[in-house]
Amino acid sequence: MAATDVNVTQSQSQSQMKVSDEVAIEIDSMNKWYGSFHVLRDIDLTVQRGERIVICGPSGSGKSTLIRCINALEEHQQGSIEVDGVPLSSDLKNIDKIRSEVGMCFQHFNLFPHLTIMENCTLAPIWVRKIPKREAEKTAMHFLEKVKIPEQADKYPGQLSGGQQQRVAIARSLCMKPRIMLFDEPTSALDPEMIKEVLDTMIQLAEEGMTMLCVTHEMGFARQVANRVIFMDAGQIVEQNEPEAFFNNPQNERTKLFLSQILGH
Amino acid sequence: MSDTHAQSVAFVRTAEIPPAPPPVAASGAVKWVRENLFSGVFNTVATVIGVIVVFWLLSGLVPWIVNGTWEGENIRDCREILQGNGGGCFAVLAQRWEQFLFGFAYPVEIYWRPTLAFALLFVAVPPLLFPMFLPRWTLAISAVYPFLAYWLIWGGSLLGPIVAALGIVAGYVAFVRVEKAVNFAAGLAAAIVAAVAVWWLGGLIFEGSRLLRLEAVASRDLGGFMLNLILGVVCVSLSLPLGIALALGRQSRLPFIKGVCIVFIEFVRGVPLITLLFVANVVLAFFLPPGTNFDLIVRVVIMITMFSAAYIAEVIRGGLAALPKGQYEGAESLGLDYAQSMRLIILPQALKISIPGIVNVAVGLFKDTTLVSVISMFDLVGMIRGPILSSTDWAGGIYWEPWAFACVLFFVVCYGISQYSQWLERQLRTDHR
Repeated sequence: MAATDVNVTQSQSQSQMKVSDEVAIEIDSMNKWYGSFHVLRDIDLTVQRGERIVICGPSGSGKSTLIRCINALEEHQQGSIEVDGVPLSSDLKNIDKIRSEVGMCFQHFNLFPHLTIMENCTLAPIWVRKIPKREAEKTAMHFLEKVKIPEQADKYPGQLSGGQQQRVAIARSLCMKPRIMLFDEPTSALDPEMIKEVLDTMIQLAEEGMTMLCVTHEMGFARQVANRVIFMDAGQIVEQNEPEAFFNNPQNERTKLFLSQILGH
Repeated sequence: MSDTHAQSVAFVRTAEIPPAPPPVAASGAVKWVRENLFSGVFNTVATVIGVIVVFWLLSGLVPWIVNGTWEGENIRDCREILQGNGGGCFAVLAQRWEQFLFGFAYPVEIYWRPTLAFALLFVAVPPLLFPMFLPRWTLAISAVYPFLAYWLIWGGSLLGPIVAALGIVAGYVAFVRVEKAVNFAAGLAAAIVAAVAVWWLGGLIFEGSRLLRLEAVASRDLGGFMLNLILGVVCVSLSLPLGIALALGRQSRLPFIKGVCIVFIEFVRGVPLITLLFVANVVLAFFLPPGTNFDLIVRVVIMITMFSAAYIAEVIRGGLAALPKGQYEGAESLGLDYAQSMRLIILPQALKISIPGIVNVAVGLFKDTTLVSVISMFDLVGMIRGPILSSTDWAGGIYWEPWAFACVLFFVVCYGISQYSQWLERQLRTDHR
């Protein structure tokens, strides 16, 4: 029991250390439908700056859709989403503003295959932030060093391994100096050997106080990094709690079943 | 490995297997022939038939070329010289090559002008085709070229092309300014107003201008392969941007733009090019305000451009559809707006995928320019069918020589385009598969 206690104090100290009172994302009774299919039902979620939230749940539960709504890759039909105080509406100017403040990493990386790694990283800073090319390249090099692949800068994405590509994708997002990072199953398309290098990068990011929302099935990562775990099922938030309580003492039957299935083997 | 396995299931490698070179393929001409030409009964029969066909073709072609004559004033001279030895009467080419190239009405003493324009094409096109090897400023040469070439071929005062160019520049400047300040639609409107204003003002001055005046040539006096080249180059370079716009328009979320593009594409694709050309020739005049005199070549260019733009739009739509959705999302998630994500992310990839299809349309378009011969324009085919083969000198008995010449001219250009496109595809390959 002693070991668990240490873990709890650790995770508490982490969350106390970095989370501020400032609200980063405010989602209020948000609903979304695909045609007549009700994918997201009455989602209420407040994310404080510096929070690291892991969202898990069975496939089709709406977890990816939820974080894709936050940067308007998907449109919600009811309720409100505010990111950094900017309301997400159909106003294109607001959407572009939010997107440039919110970084996103995808399951399949979505790097631009016709551009080099360096060009992938400098494109948005140059065209959206209007930063001079030389400065953008300096920033890009800084972040490529941070994800530990500066030597690949002149290669094309097709020449890199999956893990390297995902780290480039993270660096590409960071080059926009985002205040929030969204991760949509960043390790699901990777070979087991490469998952660790991506998770290490994400852990490093979390330690620096980045506000993060991760859809992932990496429960070890959730335990180590998250200060809140959200379980979704059938388009609803079923349970959310601090990781220790969530994993050791789940309340909802559906959560218990899910955890027993993914942790059972 | 196998013997280790035989001893026990458990196995631990202790020494690394050094990399070895691949086995050398057995070589030798005889071996190659046996393997590739006579490896079986079917293969042997196919080889023999192939050899017979090639021999039969060459036995007709070689004497035709070798015994052919380039001397002679007319077909009767040819018959006398050849004495039925199966040779070709290439004298028709020697006699009339200028008409093949320039038509019969273009003034002989100024053949140098289109020739110069043609030579300059090889200066103006490389910046567009080989941007990776040439500095950016060379694109200015390409931008100036259309106006210079127009002046050389059609003649008249240099002021005309200058005014036309200034109008476009004014429109562009107005667009950039207004688009930044207001929005895209206002920018477009401002561009049109600015361009028309410059053209109108320029037109007033232009009337009696004597600036660098060249002898003017009417459009109906253009002909020969020159006409095919003009139509081909102009229509290809106009239909590509129009095709891109139509393809993007067809994907638009705005129902009006989408509807217009779909109707345009489906209508144009559903109509034969020849009917469109007849429309250009005859019917279009009814729809234009009375008194406007729209040059025939301009009308034909509009029709051919519309026609191939519709096809190119569909080819590019295929390229757009082939891109994974993640590319759009990746661009959007970085905050790129619509124009930026199209220009920087989507189109470069979609166009690369579409290269074979676009080139297919371009080659087809270039060959279709010969269809203008049916609306009594004297392009290369029109010249051969009309003035050359029905002249008293060459009528009756000469068919192969001029048509073969036409084939060679078209083949050289089309094969060149095809080779370029294959080279370009290799250049743009970054996936390292």
